[in-house]
Amino acid sequence: MKIGIVAIQGDYQAHAKVLERLGVSYTFVRIPADLAGLAGVILPGGESTTHLKVMTEEGLFDALKKFAAADGAFFGTCAGAILLAKEVHGPAQASLGLLNASVLRNGYGRQLASDVHMGQTKLRAQPLEMVFIRAPIIESVGANVEILADDAGHPVLVREGKILAATFHPELSDDTAVHDYFVRMARNGSAVAR
Amino acid sequence: MELMNNNLWRVKVGLAEMLKGGVIMDVTNAEQAKIAEDAGACAVMALERVPSDIRKEGGVARMAAPRIIREIMDTVSIPVMAKVRIGHFAEAQVLEALEVDYIDESEVLTPADEEHHVWKHGYKVPFVCGARNLGEALRRIAEGAAMVRTKGEAGSGNIVEAVRHMRTIVSQIKRLTLLGEEELVHESKELGSPFELVAWVAQHGKLPVPNFSAGGIATPADAALVMQLGAEAVFVGSGIFKSSDPAVRARAIVKATTHYKDPKVVLEASEELGDAMKGLDIRQMDEKDLLQTRGW
Repeated sequence: MKIGIVAIQGDYQAHAKVLERLGVSYTFVRIPADLAGLAGVILPGGESTTHLKVMTEEGLFDALKKFAAADGAFFGTCAGAILLAKEVHGPAQASLGLLNASVLRNGYGRQLASDVHMGQTKLRAQPLEMVFIRAPIIESVGANVEILADDAGHPVLVREGKILAATFHPELSDDTAVHDYFVRMARNGSAVAR
Repeated sequence: MELMNNNLWRVKVGLAEMLKGGVIMDVTNAEQAKIAEDAGACAVMALERVPSDIRKEGGVARMAAPRIIREIMDTVSIPVMAKVRIGHFAEAQVLEALEVDYIDESEVLTPADEEHHVWKHGYKVPFVCGARNLGEALRRIAEGAAMVRTKGEAGSGNIVEAVRHMRTIVSQIKRLTLLGEEELVHESKELGSPFELVAWVAQHGKLPVPNFSAGGIATPADAALVMQLGAEAVFVGSGIFKSSDPAVRARAIVKATTHYKDPKVVLEASEELGDAMKGLDIRQMDEKDLLQTRGW
């Protein structure tokens, strides 16, 4: 099984390091042909406007939508979560629309609001470190979206079928729990054993 | 390394991580910032005049007017950086109060202090600083810079100095990885950098913060060149808004930076561009006109 990491811009190398630690093979995705044979795709942190611009102009945007329609799994962190959400505010922009949720970009404010929190998740009993960097806020989610973690009154880790989204950056922590969960999701289809 | 072992440091470096693989563009007003964002810039750098104009017009170059920076912050959703003069900690305090996302303590502006750089650990806003070699990079990191960029020669449109600085830093890092502990102590003296940082670099084979390139990038191929030499992202200053068609050139440099390893895409990005900025031959310049020698 191989996971693709969209490598237009952002912290895609950090995601690659986590997959290496989990012993999962990966490839970087820059053009549509790179999606062949993948079980899942990671949309990394970075600037969502930049990702959207490059993806759209070079055909990757539509190719990712087709990949989702063919039951491919997705994991978006921060900018990646913005690209997955159906509705984006602050300001409004296009998205892949694969996750029934509404997000507010830079929802906590500018860089001065970036911070590291410890929080509970449904993934396990111990708390998880969550690194928030100019993070978006998930304002609301649809009925089929499971909230796996929240922080300060907002969902921060959510899942809908084969789509997983975090507003924080699990790839910037030493903890591999969220990536491990995603890898099992991509491997097993929608039923993930906890 | 105590100062680098906390959550504030991690989110400072974390934002630099998010900018990797991207292009940070110099802008002097909100209109240019919008053009940069629409072209796919991952951040913009607000300044009073682009470096090539600072060269041409002379005078003292200072932090941009807060009103202009605020207009830029209100116009774009990507991170906004702004420059302060080397050692001008009060300009830095002003930019922190303004809540910019990153501060560039920059040799492009006229230095305010010829001996001291800003003590950057004292701020919540992260800093980027220029460097010509590993020693300089590590001194800036010791002071709290969460990102390093090559100085290059800003406003020259000439890539030669950015290449020199990137090659120097990368080769000095490689060298450190081959040395034993007692040699690292000597090396720390030679570099003029703290031993702890020198030992860290020797162990990890990289800088403890992202290493970007700046100072002379004017074409898509320039961006692909410095990326292949080891830059993790690029700053483009005068190269965009001093060219004949800024929006097209900005877009082309973003494309070449993403696909820097793919010559076919860099070729695509290089076609149908208008004229690049004219540029300066560094060898024809007086030592006193070099910006890279500001700071130490």
